[in-house]
Amino acid sequence: MDVVTQMQRQLIQYTSSLFQEGFLDDQFNQLQQLQDESNPEFVVEVVTLFFEDAERLLNELSKSLQVEQESIDFRRVDAHVHQLKGSSSSIGAQRVQRVCIAFRNFCEQQNVEGCLKSLQEIKQEYSLVKTKLETLFKMEKQLFAARGSISR
Amino acid sequence: MWFKATESCNCIEPQWPADELLVKYQYISDFFIALAYFSIPLELIYFVKKSAVFPYRWVLVQFGAFIVLCGATHLINLWTFTVHTRTVAMVMTAAKVLTAVVSCATALMLVHIIPDLLSVKTRELFLKNKAAELDREMGLIRTQEETGRHVRMLTHEIRSTLDRHTILKTTLIELGRTLALEECALWMPTRTGLELQLAYTLRQQNPVGYTVPIHLPVINQVFSSNRAVKISPNCPVARLRPHTGKYLPGEVVAVRVPLLNLSNFQIYDWPEVSTRSYALMVLMLPSDSARQWHVHELELVEVVADQINRLHFDGVGYVAVALSHAAILEESMRARNLLIEQNVALDLARREAETAIHARNDFLAVMNHEMRTPMHAIIALSSLLQETELTAEQRLMVETILKSSNLLATLINDVLDLSRLEDGSLQLETTTFSLHSVFREVLNLIKPVASVKRLSLTLHLASDLPVYAVGDEKRLMQTILNVVGNAVKFSKEGSISITAIVAKPESFKDARIPEFLPVPSDSHFYLRVQVNDSGSGINPQDIPKLFTKFAQSQAVQTKGPAGSGLGLAICRRFVNLMEGHIWIESEGIGKGCTVTFIVKLGIPDRPNESKLAFAPKVPGNHVSTNFGGLKVLVMDDNGVNRSVTKGLLLHLGCDVTTAGSSEECLRIISPEHRVVFMDVCTGLDGYELAIRIQEKFKKRQDRPLIVALTGNTNRVTKENCMRVGMDGLILKPVSVDKMRGVLSELLEHRVLFEAI
Repeated sequence: MDVVTQMQRQLIQYTSSLFQEGFLDDQFNQLQQLQDESNPEFVVEVVTLFFEDAERLLNELSKSLQVEQESIDFRRVDAHVHQLKGSSSSIGAQRVQRVCIAFRNFCEQQNVEGCLKSLQEIKQEYSLVKTKLETLFKMEKQLFAARGSISR
Repeated sequence: MWFKATESCNCIEPQWPADELLVKYQYISDFFIALAYFSIPLELIYFVKKSAVFPYRWVLVQFGAFIVLCGATHLINLWTFTVHTRTVAMVMTAAKVLTAVVSCATALMLVHIIPDLLSVKTRELFLKNKAAELDREMGLIRTQEETGRHVRMLTHEIRSTLDRHTILKTTLIELGRTLALEECALWMPTRTGLELQLAYTLRQQNPVGYTVPIHLPVINQVFSSNRAVKISPNCPVARLRPHTGKYLPGEVVAVRVPLLNLSNFQIYDWPEVSTRSYALMVLMLPSDSARQWHVHELELVEVVADQINRLHFDGVGYVAVALSHAAILEESMRARNLLIEQNVALDLARREAETAIHARNDFLAVMNHEMRTPMHAIIALSSLLQETELTAEQRLMVETILKSSNLLATLINDVLDLSRLEDGSLQLETTTFSLHSVFREVLNLIKPVASVKRLSLTLHLASDLPVYAVGDEKRLMQTILNVVGNAVKFSKEGSISITAIVAKPESFKDARIPEFLPVPSDSHFYLRVQVNDSGSGINPQDIPKLFTKFAQSQAVQTKGPAGSGLGLAICRRFVNLMEGHIWIESEGIGKGCTVTFIVKLGIPDRPNESKLAFAPKVPGNHVSTNFGGLKVLVMDDNGVNRSVTKGLLLHLGCDVTTAGSSEECLRIISPEHRVVFMDVCTGLDGYELAIRIQEKFKKRQDRPLIVALTGNTNRVTKENCMRVGMDGLILKPVSVDKMRGVLSELLEHRVLFEAI
């Protein structure tokens, strides 16, 4: 029983840190609320979707910005960033969302340097939040395996 | 004359001596001239006074004066032949002068008068002619009138009888009278057509059968024209009586009479006059009279001759038509009477049938009650008996009693139901009920029996099956129960599965039920229930008999408890009442059997649904309110957002469909969707979609509520949403509580625009 309690405590601590560090916001809580008996894997499903979507979008963005400076299609870039912003806000990936907002501003200004810089930032933040969430899920699974279900 | 005046007595001596012969003649002439001249005016006056009309009196006066003066002149001239005084000469001169004046005046006046007088004469002549003409016309009219009168008279006489003989005789008599004939005779062609036989005469009562050959020239002459022809009194047809008069016999006229054969006669087809046979009518004026045939008399004869047969046929024709009409009338009267009789009979039959039905129903009602009471007693007491201490033998007996009584009770119920179904007095009781609960209850009822027989029972309800439906709950349950009960009854082992789905139109085109073509609509759906069992199966040949009452296949009888055979018949009746169809399939003995039925059920009205779905606003409560399967559609092209929104709505108990694009959304949207959530972050796509959705649903009640989900917190977005006719706008991110509140608000007020 001690192991379980410890695991529980670790999980809670980890989760709080994610919130405190701004990786996740209240939206993530909402997602967790939606998980029930009829939808036991909801959060994991949605987050996985987000990962897939984000990776695709980041690829597109890289491709769009790697061309000649004069021929950068800012509208297209903006569209992608907009999508990413939407997805990240839906799951509560706060830091990613913030960078997206800044990115969009640069697009409006047609600031190539700013865009490139933002892209770098997004990639960074994304990989960070991805790692964190994956760890979180792993811990949840372990706890679940050890004991019935986590009390929320 | 030239006068030599003498100096002595102032007398004038005439030129010539008075004794001269010439002078003497002159003297006499003058005297007579004077006489004449004086008598003329007297005559004139006398005659003018006699005639009333003479317009030129003053002309006469003038003329008279002129004459008188001339006479005076010549009279006075008498004295100038001897010696006469100057006075006489002066008088003479005066007279002459006056005469000259008057005569000149008269001459001048006559120039004016004479043309007038002449014209008077012309007019008089003209008027005389006119009078003569009018006289002639009067004569003609009079004759026509006479003829007409005679014909009418004759027609009247003739029409008063239909007998040809009488007609002809009457004609002859009338003609004879009208024209004052001495003799009138009618010669008819003989049957051979070669001779004319004397048929009727006026004076002679029984004419001896004179015949003349038909081809005499005189007869041909008469037959060839339709005019009355004058013939010689000596020709054979006219020599009817011995010549008695001293003088010449009267003029004879003959005319042809067209004969129409009665055999040619058809009711609606008047034969033309172009017939071959004619009769000859001979009319003789009285001898010893100077009478001659006048034109109008001849015309009369012609007309009469032409009309005789026609009149006869007219009369006969009218009678024939009347007869045929009478026949038709009689026929129709008979038909009408027949119909009346039939009606009376039918009415009687109907009343008898009604009485019979009433009697039967009364009987059934009474018997039903009477039979059920003892049955209940038996079943109840037998059950009680079972609970007591019994020997094995006794227990067996009691069990048998129970089983038999249960069977009997079922049979009684079935019979009652079926008889009510048969005479159509059964009506479905329509209510709104829960479909799911019907199935669950059937399951509960059957489970004990199935588990005793170790049969596994599974129920599968489709996800799109409406929770609530409108129909006859009791009878639907009865049907399902009966079918499932049969499945259980006839299966000794294995499994029974019950599937219930909403029948799609495509599935109706089943080859097994070709006549069944139901049409789903917005207010109805078709429930399809299939019950599979792995039991004893049925011989495919026996399947048609299954639904007939009381028929049983041999195989069934030997195994297990036998049903009364009414169950399926009743089920079919119920299914038919619900505008559906039921059928059985089996691959053979021992291969199990599948019973499928489709019934039409109604979809409950939205007020019912939203009443059930309406969740009371519970602030910040983790209890998820169930929106009762509220159908919503989520349109978002972002996969992640879509999943999140879907999860949110699922958590609240909605039935969520998703669409990733506008096209997909329009494709899958239906009136069943009550709310559409669409993401409007992606440019104008969302607004366009809203418009297109509104276009698709003509009636505002049918279309889903359109709600925009957006992260944009500006006024422009809100205004745009309102402009395109959206029903609501919510800002992302949406929490569970927020969504719950939103849904409740939307369903209640049908509009929700979040304050920005």
